[in-house]
Amino acid sequence: MTSTPIEVSDLHAWYGESHVLQGVSFNAHSGEVITILGRNGAGKTTTLRSIMGMLPQRQGSIRIHGQESIALADYRIARLGIGYCPEERAIFRSLSVRENLMLPPRVGASALSVEDILALFPNLQERWTSGGGNLSGGEQQMLAIGRILRTGASLILLDEPTEGLAPVIVQQIGAAIRALKERGLTIILVEQNFRFAMTVADRHYVMENGQVVDQLTNTEARQHTERLRQVLGRIRGNRQ
Amino acid sequence: MIDILGIPVQVLLGQLMLGLINGAFYATLSLGLAVIFGLLNIINFAHGALYTAGAFVAWMLLNYLGINYWGALLLVPIVVGLLGMLLEWLLLRRTYRMDHLYGLLLTFGLALVIEGAFRQMYGVSGLPYSIPQALSGGINLGFMYLPFYRAWVIVASLLVCLGVWLLIERTRLGANLRAATENPAMVKAFGINVPVLIRLTYGLGVALAAFAGVLAAPIYQVNPLMGSNLIVVVFAVVVIGGMGSIMGAIVAGFGLGIVEGLTKVFYPEASNFIIFVIMAIVLLLKPAGLFGRPLQVQNSMAAEALRQPVALSPALRWFGGGLLILLALLGPLFLYPTF
Repeated sequence: MTSTPIEVSDLHAWYGESHVLQGVSFNAHSGEVITILGRNGAGKTTTLRSIMGMLPQRQGSIRIHGQESIALADYRIARLGIGYCPEERAIFRSLSVRENLMLPPRVGASALSVEDILALFPNLQERWTSGGGNLSGGEQQMLAIGRILRTGASLILLDEPTEGLAPVIVQQIGAAIRALKERGLTIILVEQNFRFAMTVADRHYVMENGQVVDQLTNTEARQHTERLRQVLGRIRGNRQ
Repeated sequence: MIDILGIPVQVLLGQLMLGLINGAFYATLSLGLAVIFGLLNIINFAHGALYTAGAFVAWMLLNYLGINYWGALLLVPIVVGLLGMLLEWLLLRRTYRMDHLYGLLLTFGLALVIEGAFRQMYGVSGLPYSIPQALSGGINLGFMYLPFYRAWVIVASLLVCLGVWLLIERTRLGANLRAATENPAMVKAFGINVPVLIRLTYGLGVALAAFAGVLAAPIYQVNPLMGSNLIVVVFAVVVIGGMGSIMGAIVAGFGLGIVEGLTKVFYPEASNFIIFVIMAIVLLLKPAGLFGRPLQVQNSMAAEALRQPVALSPALRWFGGGLLILLALLGPLFLYPTF
């Protein structure tokens, strides 16, 4: 395995006519947790979706474990060893919790067993046979993360895993992310909640208008919270 | 003799039997349509023609290769299912990103071509296909005469419907299929080959139609029009059961067959349109159908976002147009006018 599970360079992507990613470059080293921070519409989610091949029009280079994936068919990309957990969690309502968990095929060697996943997220045990549509937001998020851990993916993309969840659940998700880091998984985390991001991440990339505008280590981020608050704080100003 | 509501019990049970037979065909055909609609979001207008094709292929196997009914029952769904997968690969998959109308027009055109070809080759008078030896005859149950073949049709289609239901609701492949119906983009992002899953699903739906065609051959004769006579009612059955709903298709298929049969006893004048009356009522009270989930609507809305306008290159447009005009001019010189 190379020491850089993912290396994105000069990635461009379009939604129809609008040029939403304008030369995004970043990487993550093996076992690292990096975050992509930025306000709404900065292109964070689009970056993850582009990595997974979910956008019709893309240009640039995305190397997964050293292999170029920009021209691969969308369903082949995950097989390079990526697990993707989208913002909307995408729990299938017509499948039971068990079926949801077992759905994605194996894509790598570092798979957690079902027992490990249930130990990490005990709530899922209780909902084992219920339908995917009957879960709470927190349970959906646990299932969405558990689902990709069973595939053995060594590179995990998480899109706003804490969005809209109660603080106690956010803590549980945070603990899970740290446990996965200890197992040597590489994690890319898209977040708006940068206080949460700082509790789990090694490095941060800041995106604005479809470009990476800043890059800092977690230590730097702790020193420059004001600078980050300025870039990200605007979100709250805009929202209210 | 026992009477129920003034109707001799023999008549009642006889019509119930006929209703169940029709219901067996409604269920098998609407099940295929439901499976296809669920994943492809395409209303397969070619379904009736592929049912016809099933009956014709059974007839051809018998008359050209000497393969009997039982062989046909096994082989025809495979052969016609593979043909369906070929059609999906060559033509149908190109319409997924276009407006729904294109898929509908394409399958409608396919239906005309398939039926026209059989009509051209075998005429419209119908070809005989005899009941297999083992199932000829029947048994007098005392209260009614039960032909073995008709009982077999009901049992076989019930078993096949239940088998398909189990496949979709209880197996891993079925879970993939249900997930892809709900959110194909996400299923692809897990590394599942959705295009192949779609092709297999279309093949399965078509194989069901072909299976029904083989079952029907000894009852209705093999006729190029047998599909189009049936398919209008089957569409009504699918709407009543709920578009894309597997259980809905099975229950509505058998249920409406029985309702139609009973209507023939109690109010024969209405038997031809009772299903459409029920469809109107269901649409008014429960627009998603009896078993339909609003999920399907959501899925098609998600697909809407991906739809692209059709854009042929000018060269291809001229070539295609020219080819069609040429065919239209030369066709009558070679084909006997069938219409």
